Amino acid sequence: MNQTLISLSLIFTQLSLVAFGGGNTTLPEMHRQVVDVHHWMTGADFAALYALAQAAPGPNMMVVPLIGWNVAGWAGMLVTTLAIFGPSSILTIAALGLWTRFRDRPWRKAVQAGLVPISVGLVVSSAVIITRTVDHEWIFLAITAASAVAALRLKVHPLWLLAAGGAIGWTGFGQ
Amino acid sequence: MTDIGTTIDSRPEAPSTAALFRGFLMLGLTGFGGVLPLARHMLVEERRWLSAAEFTELLGLCQFLPGGNIINLSVAVGLRFRGIPGALAAIVGLIAAPTAIVLALGMIYTRYRTEPHVVHMFAGLAAAAAGLLVSMAVKLALPLRRKPLGIAIAVIVLAAIALLHLPLVPTMLVMAPVSIFVTLKAGA
Repeated sequence: MNQTLISLSLIFTQLSLVAFGGGNTTLPEMHRQVVDVHHWMTGADFAALYALAQAAPGPNMMVVPLIGWNVAGWAGMLVTTLAIFGPSSILTIAALGLWTRFRDRPWRKAVQAGLVPISVGLVVSSAVIITRTVDHEWIFLAITAASAVAALRLKVHPLWLLAAGGAIGWTGFGQ
Repeated sequence: MTDIGTTIDSRPEAPSTAALFRGFLMLGLTGFGGVLPLARHMLVEERRWLSAAEFTELLGLCQFLPGGNIINLSVAVGLRFRGIPGALAAIVGLIAAPTAIVLALGMIYTRYRTEPHVVHMFAGLAAAAAGLLVSMAVKLALPLRRKPLGIAIAVIVLAAIALLHLPLVPTMLVMAPVSIFVTLKAGA
C-alpha cells in the first residue's frame, strides 16, 4: 500500500466521522487537504469534479470516489469510498438501538439543535470556497448568481441549471 | 386474489435483502439534485417499508449522526429489516449506480480536458453547480435569522474555515461543545 492511499484513507475516514449535517459540510476540509495540503490537484480541477458529482444522480457525497479515482486510480476510488462511507455507517448501526432509548431526553434535543449553526457555517463555507475558485471571470459569477436565484425562486430541476451553465460555458462567451 | 383478511393499510412483508438492494439502486439512479424527497416517496408511499412517523424518526437519527443523511438512512433501513447483510445491500445499492456515472463523467473530463470547448463547458457547469451550493447554503441559513446566537456561531465557523483555512476537526472539537452549551442555556 503506498503513501498516497494511506493518506487518502486517513483523510476520508476522518471526514466520515465529522460530517455532521451531511456531505457538503466536509467540502472545505476536502478542498484544503486535496488542493492545499497534498497538492493532488488544482482548485479548478476540484471545482470541476464537484460539478461533475452534482450533475450525476445519487447522494451528494459522490465527489469522494471521483477524487479518489482522480488521485490514485481504481485503488484510490475503492479506498476513498470505503473510508468515507464505512465509519459513519458503522456508527449508524451502533447508534440505531441507543437512539430509540434516548428519544425523549432533553439533552438529545440540545445536541441536535446545537449542531445546526455549525452545519450552516460549514455549508456557507463550502459555497464561499467553491465560488471563489470558480468565479474568476464575470460570466461565471453571473452563471453562479443566476443558478442560485433560479434554484431558490423557481421550481426548476437542478439538472436544467447545470445544463444551462454548461451550455453557456461551451460558447466561450465572456471567457 | 382474495380480499378476506387484507386491509388497505396492511404493510407488505419485510423486504428481502435483494429487494433492499433493488429499492435503493433505483433511488440512486433517479435521485437527481436531492435524494431525500424521493427516498420518502419510495420508503413510505410506494413500497411502504416504513410509516411516515417511522421515516421521520429514522431520518432524525441519520441527520444527527455524521455522514450523508441518505447514506445513513439506507444503512438504518437495511439493518432494521435484514441486519448487517441488509444494511450492506442497501448502501451498496444506493451508491453503485451514482459511482459508475460519476466515474464515466470523470473519464470524459480527464480525456477531453485540453479541448477548449470542453474546458469552457466544465467551467460553466462548475459555476452553475456553485450556484446550487449557494442556494442550499441560503436555504439552510434562513431558519437561523431570528437566532442571534446561532448566527454568531455560524459566522465564527465560517471565518475559521473559509477565511483562516483552519482544519475541520479541531474547529469542530471547539465549536460543537460551545454551540451545544449555548443552545442548552438559551433553551433553559
